[in-house]
Amino acid sequence: MALYSEKVMDHFRNPRNVGVIEDADGVGEVGNAKCGDIMKMYLKIEDETITDVKFETFGCGSAIASSSMATEMIKGKPVAEAMQLTNKAVAEALDGLPDYKMHCSVLAEEAIRSAIEDYERKKRGEPSLTVKENVESEDN
Amino acid sequence: MIYADNAATTRMSDAAIQTMITLSGECYGNASSLYSIGQRAKEVLEQARADVAAVINAEPREITFTSGGSEADNQAIRSAAELGKLKGKKHIISSAFEHHAVLHTLSKLEREGFTVTLLPVHEDGLVRPEELAEAIREDTCLVTIMYANNEIGTIQPIRELGAICRERNVLFHTDAVQAIGHISVDVVRDNIDMLSASAHKFHGPKGTGFLYAKKGIRLTSLIEGGAQERGRRAGTENVPAIAATATALKEAAATLEEHAEATAKKRDRLIAGLSQIPHSALNGDAKKRLPSNVNFCFEGIEGESLLLLLDDRGIMASSGSACTSGSLDPSHVLLAIGRVHDVAHGSLRLSIGDDITDEEVDYLVKNVGEVVSYLRGFSPIWRDLTSGKKPFIL
Ligand SMILES: Cc1ncc(COP(=O)(O)O)c(C=O)c1O
Ligand SMILES: [Zn+2]
Repeated sequence: MALYSEKVMDHFRNPRNVGVIEDADGVGEVGNAKCGDIMKMYLKIEDETITDVKFETFGCGSAIASSSMATEMIKGKPVAEAMQLTNKAVAEALDGLPDYKMHCSVLAEEAIRSAIEDYERKKRGEPSLTVKENVESEDN
Repeated sequence: MIYADNAATTRMSDAAIQTMITLSGECYGNASSLYSIGQRAKEVLEQARADVAAVINAEPREITFTSGGSEADNQAIRSAAELGKLKGKKHIISSAFEHHAVLHTLSKLEREGFTVTLLPVHEDGLVRPEELAEAIREDTCLVTIMYANNEIGTIQPIRELGAICRERNVLFHTDAVQAIGHISVDVVRDNIDMLSASAHKFHGPKGTGFLYAKKGIRLTSLIEGGAQERGRRAGTENVPAIAATATALKEAAATLEEHAEATAKKRDRLIAGLSQIPHSALNGDAKKRLPSNVNFCFEGIEGESLLLLLDDRGIMASSGSACTSGSLDPSHVLLAIGRVHDVAHGSLRLSIGDDITDEEVDYLVKNVGEVVSYLRGFSPIWRDLTSGKKPFIL
């Protein structure tokens, strides 16, 4: 049996929605270099709907595949619905992940939340914290 | 397909496979039985012991066959600890980047009241003899330092370390699992009291290895039962595998010099090629390393995804990243030589075979370069590095 499902390998080999949105309405970055996975999500939002999403990931196969799958799952969805996305749903959509890899999929859920929170903050006129809020790179 | 993970395990040599097949069919007797096929098995077993002993300049009775390197490490350390305890000596010295077969045995002994000092291995991945000399105490019962490291391939100054131990009257064990069959090892020249070896690292079968213990060192049996291996390890001997171990080791020893020299040339070509990748660094000393070992860190990428994409291109390698090990920490070896987490996650070990060609080396260089730059293309860390938000480490 292979380490990963066909679905994981497909999303890993051909990640969807890779890249950057320069004028994003919300950006979230989670994870840290210490544990080995970092995910950054960029959202474009119109009328409370996610019209575009892009990601960048430093991480293992399961981190890249979960980022890719998560972006597909929220694209075109209302913000409130995207906020409900769980890592379990992402993992299930990938036909499962090895137990010790579940923590990598948690990052996808967290990255999306963090990007939406950034968007909400901007909406309220608060300064964007953007990136780094959850990032601790203590070895530098 | 390029198999570049020979430090993990090797393919059995054709001769070793032949030995194992032939003996499995023809020499099935129990080596402890009186009748002729039992005694024939015993002869084969003792011939294998003599052959293995000769390669490392030991005597046959100093060799105990085990289930591999891990068991040999466990038994060597346990035995020395037992002997030390009898004299009230409960201090052990080792190095920070030993194999877990050694480190975990030592942690267990710590819980049993032993004190362990782990010597630093510095940026070059080498233990300093003077630091060993300083660390030895009145109550030191064992020094255990690996001959060559399994991840970064650095070769320790074993002969000097052994000489210091002799002078201070402390037992010296070396985990030579990565060295035996690849570089010259001589227990007399190198002042070694105990040594562990594993057959599957030198084209022999898996699940077989041996422990050398100099005459007069009493070994503690880890497995109780029959009187096999002179009471040092119970259990009916796996004669076909043990004989195949001897076949493989004799073969390796016969061609060692020429293979080591030729492989080191390929290694250096590979190192030169990979050094061209920006923000990369070789791990461990460039010259004092196994002829087969190349280990790099590439900043801004993670090792597991690198391995998976290399596998798609027919390249089999390994990495010290956390996500390949199932733990959150990257390899203790890379941390021990001072690589920070960010960089240690992006490591790649290529342990090449003797038969690799220049074309294959160039294929490795080209494909590693392509995959690294592809992964950097969507790495948020790489973006921060290239935009100047974070300073490069490498
Ligand atoms: C340095 C070192 N020591 C010990 C071992 C364990 O050997 P074995 O797999 O035969 O138990 C290995 C191999 O993984 C090794 O590389
Ligand atoms: Zn991961």
